[in-house]
Amino acid sequence: MGSARDEILGRIRAVDRPAPPPVPRDYERARHADDPVELLAERISDYRATVYRAAVRELPYRIAERLDGRGRIAVPPDVPGEWRVPGVAWLPDDPPLGVSDMEEVDGVLSGCALAIAETGTIVLDAGPAQGRRVLTLVPDYHLCVVRADQIVVSVPEAIERLDPSGPLTFISGPSATSDIELDRVEGVHGPRTLEVLLVG
Amino acid sequence: MGRNPVTWLGSPTFPDAARRALGDTQLRGNLRKATTTIRGKRESVVAELDDWEELRRAGESIKDEVLADLDTQLERLEVAVTERGGVVHWARDADEANRIVLDLVQEEDTDEVVKVKSMATAEIGLNEALADGGVNAIETDLAEVIVQLGDDRPSHILVPAIHRNRAEIKEIFAQMPEPPASDDPRVLAEAARKYLRRKFLSAKVAISGANFGVADTGSIVVVESEGNGRMCLTLPETLITVMGVEKVLPRWQDLEVFLQLLPRSSTAERMNPYTSIWSGVTPGDGPQKFHLVLLDNGRTSTLADEVGRQALRCIRCSACLNVCPVYERTGGQAYGSVYPGPIGAILAPQLAGDLHDEQTASLPYASSLCGACYEVCPVRINIPEVLTHLRAEVVEAKGKRTPEAMAMSAAAWVFGDRKRYEAAQKAGSLTRFLARGGTLSSLPWPGSKWTDTRDAPVVPKESFRSWWRRNRG
Ligand code: SF4
Repeated sequence: MGSARDEILGRIRAVDRPAPPPVPRDYERARHADDPVELLAERISDYRATVYRAAVRELPYRIAERLDGRGRIAVPPDVPGEWRVPGVAWLPDDPPLGVSDMEEVDGVLSGCALAIAETGTIVLDAGPAQGRRVLTLVPDYHLCVVRADQIVVSVPEAIERLDPSGPLTFISGPSATSDIELDRVEGVHGPRTLEVLLVG
Repeated sequence: MGRNPVTWLGSPTFPDAARRALGDTQLRGNLRKATTTIRGKRESVVAELDDWEELRRAGESIKDEVLADLDTQLERLEVAVTERGGVVHWARDADEANRIVLDLVQEEDTDEVVKVKSMATAEIGLNEALADGGVNAIETDLAEVIVQLGDDRPSHILVPAIHRNRAEIKEIFAQMPEPPASDDPRVLAEAARKYLRRKFLSAKVAISGANFGVADTGSIVVVESEGNGRMCLTLPETLITVMGVEKVLPRWQDLEVFLQLLPRSSTAERMNPYTSIWSGVTPGDGPQKFHLVLLDNGRTSTLADEVGRQALRCIRCSACLNVCPVYERTGGQAYGSVYPGPIGAILAPQLAGDLHDEQTASLPYASSLCGACYEVCPVRINIPEVLTHLRAEVVEAKGKRTPEAMAMSAAAWVFGDRKRYEAAQKAGSLTRFLARGGTLSSLPWPGSKWTDTRDAPVVPKESFRSWWRRNRG
């Protein structure tokens, strides 16, 4: 008996299979939205996350407002300097925080790779201002900054823009379960509170 | 080689189990509430997309492309995952997969692993195999926690504890170190959060399934709601993913189709709360050891069946369960397999590959062939066609000794009385006369109850009864 690999591939090759049919891709690739920022805000709110809007100039002020009184906030080391407003107990992830440190943290501030308006989804790709995956997972509160130029309307537009070489996390609202009599309960394991700051 | 654990040893045949389930009014009430809710929500999120039918056709076609080219796609996936620091293993059957996983766990010198819900690992009976090897596998989905602590079996692909109400769950959770104070779902969820957090933080090894594996980038995709998946995929040092060979997709771009089809069909959301995608190992971020176990376990023999192979397109969304009038009345456990409902009725017998077994042979009869499953399936699996095909194979396997009673009773019992069953059958064949151009706009009762008005495909050509008359001969 050969290796499992050879045997499985052999079983497949022994089957008479018709040539692959061409894939019809006549679905919509880009979808139009009159106001993608507004659509994103609306769709994220549908998941019971809270959305705040901010003009570019007032971003630091808005961040301070959201984090006021929230305690110790973890942050990827490479967020723009102006995000780290005074008055917040910042915990930069450099050197990397241990998991037990992270449990003591009260929240996390991050940016994102892009956002999908139609589905109310934020995508993190471990790129600039996002940090390691664990950073936006263990703390119970997540404040995420989304710039208007990071918003696409449809899922195909998002997939086209994303780089699959790093780890990706798609976030659509806070963690949720409907396992108990189909009653939706927010917050099982991820951050139980997700707040989104839309800039621009 | 042992028996394929995809069907549970010692399960009664479908009609026997169904008869018992029908006596359980609590179960029937829970199921009806659940399936009705999901059905309604699914219809409205699907209606939001004008190109839903185009997406379904693309999904069907991508999956057919994969099946036609499975050897090449798997080799490409293996190369991509290996290049990014992962290790790929191949398993012919359940025993082999379980042994591979157990060895990998033992190499890490641990006797406890955390698990994110996966049909593939349930199919191979991995938890039991790990337990035999001295490893405790902790399920981390809320519903799976309910099932595991309740020493129970799942009844629905997506909501495995759909048969339990809140009071029962509170009882089950009483064994936690910090038991819940009330049966409010919020309080119950909080109890589970606390119970599991310690486990996530201490586990060295996590085990997951995969919704998709992308051949050209080596990306593995896990779609979930609660965040326990993210915990498992991020915190432990070692990650072992068990993936059925048919889950491979040729290219990154294909995700643009499936990440639209799956959440809307499954939890009836525009997007599920969390989707994690990773390829191999990322230094300094997440598990530093990644193993991918590619599982056959009856899939290649399913592939060999020209009609039956379409079952391998399945993306495990469970939409077909929620529209199935038989499933709604019996619940998942009656199917005696990890795969219940319409998809279970065609997939479990094929994976098990033994139509001489009474229980397996009864599964293709667990349907009235009403066609609602085909209508909602995001990858357009013609379940009634496969059911009919498998019934013919059962008859062949069993020869003339097949009792007519088995076939008839399977679906007839479910409807409680013969008249209603026959009405459903008749309605099914009537629709053929109403059909125009292969699709129809509305079905007479009872079909109308679960018919999405647009583009309902025509139900199979003959009713089960006339099929039976023709085939028993
Ligand atoms: S058969 Fe179709 S509808 Fe049923 S679970 Fe599979 S993909 Fe979903």
